Amino acid sequence: MKHTLQQIFRSGKFVTGFSIFTALLLIVIFYPLIVRDDPLANIGQGTFFPPGVYVNVYDSINAPPYILNLSDAAAKRVASKLGNQERKDLKEWLVAAGIPEDEIDITDTAKLLDLWEKNYDPTKNIPGMTLARQRYFQRLNASLQGILSVEGITIANPNPQTGALEAVKTVQQADYVNISQVPNVRVLALGTDNFGRDVLTELVKATGVSLQIGIVAGIIATLIGLILGLLGGYVGGTVDDIIMFITNLFIVIPSFVLLILISFSIGQEKRGAFTIAVVIGFTSWVWTARAVRSQVISLRVRDHVNLSKLSGHSIPHIIINDILPYIASYVVMALILQISSGILAEAGLSILGLGPRTTEVPTLGLMMNWAMIYQAQILGKWWAYLPVLVTIALITFSMNLMNTGLDQVFNPALRE
Amino acid sequence: MVEENQAILKGVGLTKVFGLGHRKTIAVDHVDVEFREGEVSSIVGESGSGKTTLAKMLLGLINPTEGEIYFQGKRLDLRTYKKKKEYWTNIQAIFQDPYSSYNIFNKIDTLLLDCIRMRGGHRLPHARKVEMMTEACSFVNLKYEELTNKYPFELSGGQMQRLMIARIFLLKPKILVADEPTSMIDACSRATILDMLMKLRDEVGMTIIFITHDIGLAYYVSDSVYIMAHGKIVESGSADDVILHPKAEYTRRLINDVPKIHEAWDLSTVDYSEI
Ligand SMILES: Nc1ncnc2c1ncn2[C@@H]1O[C@H](COP(=O)(O)OP(=O)(O)OP(=O)(O)O)[C@@H](O)[C@H]1O
Ligand SMILES: [Mg+2]
Repeated sequence: MKHTLQQIFRSGKFVTGFSIFTALLLIVIFYPLIVRDDPLANIGQGTFFPPGVYVNVYDSINAPPYILNLSDAAAKRVASKLGNQERKDLKEWLVAAGIPEDEIDITDTAKLLDLWEKNYDPTKNIPGMTLARQRYFQRLNASLQGILSVEGITIANPNPQTGALEAVKTVQQADYVNISQVPNVRVLALGTDNFGRDVLTELVKATGVSLQIGIVAGIIATLIGLILGLLGGYVGGTVDDIIMFITNLFIVIPSFVLLILISFSIGQEKRGAFTIAVVIGFTSWVWTARAVRSQVISLRVRDHVNLSKLSGHSIPHIIINDILPYIASYVVMALILQISSGILAEAGLSILGLGPRTTEVPTLGLMMNWAMIYQAQILGKWWAYLPVLVTIALITFSMNLMNTGLDQVFNPALRE
Repeated sequence: MVEENQAILKGVGLTKVFGLGHRKTIAVDHVDVEFREGEVSSIVGESGSGKTTLAKMLLGLINPTEGEIYFQGKRLDLRTYKKKKEYWTNIQAIFQDPYSSYNIFNKIDTLLLDCIRMRGGHRLPHARKVEMMTEACSFVNLKYEELTNKYPFELSGGQMQRLMIARIFLLKPKILVADEPTSMIDACSRATILDMLMKLRDEVGMTIIFITHDIGLAYYVSDSVYIMAHGKIVESGSADDVILHPKAEYTRRLINDVPKIHEAWDLSTVDYSEI
């Protein structure tokens, strides 16, 4: 036993898979202890905020200012609004409006803006330009207002009696705040989703739930497969015929189709994550049962089983002591595969809208489903679906690696 | 009639057919055998002649397609597992391949303790059990202290087969079926194993059914001999009759295949201390 464990941890594939899986597991366990937010709270007003550090503007204004005279500050400010693409766009409009092309120098910011200010007319109709493009130029124009200004911004409050604005303070362009003095800073490493939920927190929770679904489904499937396989293989006769009949029924109906039908007939309201896990488990035991059965059939005629019979052992004793240990490694490997395929099955179901009901917990499949419904992939909001895909891939990849690693170790050991 | 009563085990018309249709193999074909109490009887035949199949039917490990088995004059009913278990308190076996006879997950102690339990000794104090196991091991020239807490795969093939004999020593069954117990091991260990089997017969008074493909070996150990070919018994009788005065053509061929049968098994030249 100890020997086998040593062998397992000497297998590179197993160790790689095991490390990835353990890392995921640790994140799932410890992240909620550190970030105690409700993973389903809609914190963002609006959809799909991009990943980044969010600094509270109100707090920043009220934080003590520090003046830093940095030579490239103005240039950066301009560049953030007027990048290369925007400059080309400006030129495109100006050329279309009839300005000679060689008069426009997009590298000279001041001249370009001057030319733009003089010529741009939002009402001007340029032939061949779509409405969306016209809107874009209107927005661009608005964002360029005051871009070269060196003045600060005055913060004003309305007077409670008269309603007239009264200046409170002025924020200069060279004013900085120290981020540690801003009380409200929120890191949204993976932005927000269509509901305005923090994707990272949601993803961690969803990974945990999906793993639980996979484990429950895997254990159920493996247990059913193991028990039916052992019974059919060892007892044989009519028992085996009945079991094989049921098994073959399940084989001709693809399990995913069955899964869809059962899921659909349960109805949205009754589909909790646990129910889905049980349903997945009950539809995916078939191959385990068949494989266990055929292994048991070849084992039961071996002489060590005959010797055990001659030693007067009961059939349950023989199954547990003389058959089960020989297929244990196989069963462990089947369990690992069942867990990862259970996670995939949940994802598949949820993408079809037949997953767990959406009000309680997120799952990896549900997150994919939401991202799809709100067209994250079309809108280019990669943070809403790519991390989910990567997580699913990492889980199945690490489990398959562990499985191959175990295979390498167990097979020669059995020949001992 | 007198001989009939002495037969402890008898097979009548035993037949085993494996598979169906085109793939049908008649492994054993209407075989009649009879084993008298306290005798060593050999079943000799080439590979694939159906010896193991016949032995497993006699042991109640596979069900005959046809035919009956009589134990101590009574027809055996092996339809339930309970009845089989009862039969197995009387008959034991040593199998052909020692490497597949052991459960590789069980320690050697487990195997030997099972034998003591089967003989009703599970309530004995542990010290007494160890004493019994030590005695059994020393009967086959093994040291219990060296075997305890070891796994079967840590033993050599010869040691494994000797341990199987130690098991029989503990169980003391009425009948022992030894299916080519020496075919997987070298000639020197072979002589030791045979010697131990004979000692068992003499000390315990066991009836031994000895299965072998080696007619010379059969002549050396047995009182009576069955020659088997293609699932049928082609000749049977006392060892001297069958081997010194063979009637069947097949038996003569078997004998001619063994060089110098009368001198080959002079065991006095074997040095036991080296085994
Ligand atoms: N479980 C089985 N299923 C199908 N055929 C079998 C089975 N067991 C044995 N046979 C066939 O029955 C015949 C007799 O086999 P058996 O093992 O009894 O031979 P044997 O005399 O013991 O040979 P050996 O000396 O090689 O051990 C062979 O042709 C074998 O292929
Ligand atoms: Mg054989």
